[in-house]
Amino acid sequence: MGTEIFYFLIFPGLLFSGVIGGLLSWFDRKITARVQFRQGPPLFQPLYDFVKLMAKETLIPLRGSVTTFILAPVFALFGATISAVFILLPVLGVETGFSGDIIVIVYLLNIPSITYIIGAFASGNPLAAVGASREMKLILSYEIPFLLVLISIIIKSGMSISLTEIIAYQSANGAFIGSLSGIIGFITILMCIQAKLGFVPFDMAEGEGEICDGMIIEFSGSILAFFKLTKYIMLFILPALVAGLFFAGLPLNGINILWSLLKVLLVVLLITLIRNTNPRVRIEQAMKFFWIWMNLFAVVSIVLAIIGL
Amino acid sequence: MGFKESCFKKSLWVFHLSVGSCNNCDIEILDLLTPRFDVERFGMKLVGSIRHADVLLVTGIVTKKTKPRLLEVYAQAPKPIIVIAIGACPCTGGIFASGYNFAGPLDKVIPVDAYVPGCPPKPEAMIAGVVKLLKAKGKQ
Repeated sequence: MGTEIFYFLIFPGLLFSGVIGGLLSWFDRKITARVQFRQGPPLFQPLYDFVKLMAKETLIPLRGSVTTFILAPVFALFGATISAVFILLPVLGVETGFSGDIIVIVYLLNIPSITYIIGAFASGNPLAAVGASREMKLILSYEIPFLLVLISIIIKSGMSISLTEIIAYQSANGAFIGSLSGIIGFITILMCIQAKLGFVPFDMAEGEGEICDGMIIEFSGSILAFFKLTKYIMLFILPALVAGLFFAGLPLNGINILWSLLKVLLVVLLITLIRNTNPRVRIEQAMKFFWIWMNLFAVVSIVLAIIGL
Repeated sequence: MGFKESCFKKSLWVFHLSVGSCNNCDIEILDLLTPRFDVERFGMKLVGSIRHADVLLVTGIVTKKTKPRLLEVYAQAPKPIIVIAIGACPCTGGIFASGYNFAGPLDKVIPVDAYVPGCPPKPEAMIAGVVKLLKAKGKQ
């Protein structure tokens, strides 16, 4: 019992993934600033933001549903933390997962998005409702290619549905990014996590210019801080999952720590560069992109995996 | 000065509200985000919703039509909130002070923490105003 609580609260759960996610969020903002020839925020900026938000007043909207409104960010944080534990334990090589944990991870990764939607509808704001409906459509679009890429990974690793076995297979036979189907699958999953994180070009659920931060418009104070922490954690665990699926995991022994760090930074760098060089697309353009092109990519990846490329 | 206050000063999220300006001050505010001034160095950023804001920048004269909206936005802001009057219009009324629709300078409507006069004020002046305000807050 004690180890489980340690896993959940300290390593690799809430504290560890929150701190690393905060640093990655600083990395993301710094790269964004450098791309725009700016100086960028200081290193501890995510910490300042979080503490400031925790200390501020929390306002409850008059027409909202109070309990759901307050509990939605808490459940988002729970969902992100539990998926952090399930992803990071096998990926960091701390403990082996169980058979079928990759399916559990797919479900758990959806909890933050779904609680965003529930919280947005509970706030009773029309702009939040617009954002929530867009997020719902976005989930419908990116989930199918995400699952198809996982199927391609499962086929390549000899029909194993445990993250530990997939990583062990890659350590023995070379990382999946080295093969043609792996490259195509990597491009697809990069787009999917871009949409999962709600970054440009798929940030239509939080469009700052048009619907004023969309889903989180009514959230303030500590519950907004919970949403921010959820975003930090997601910014760490999704690249970690990609590193586990394509780059043979993130082992934490000896010089491998450096390689693990570089793998995560590479994925975050790619996400940030995509975010900085693209405009926001409309929701039907995003659906078309995922349903036609990304599904096509994922199916091609599956076919190539079956014929062994 | 505690840790919370120093975090608050290092992460000011700004919401800017035009209550009847000629748009010139608003453009100067947006200038602060450009590479030349880059206020994100100090952790400041523009946010889209007053619920996330720590600083309320008000530009333009408070007209009789926008006064109730201004009061509503101020009531919706999570406290503590800093109010800064940007430009001559919210400070005194400027050249519109004798206008038929003028509803009084900003500090007659909501409490104001800092005034940055000018038509429009330079971005340097805005940064100087915020720095002076934060220093004064630190001494209290």
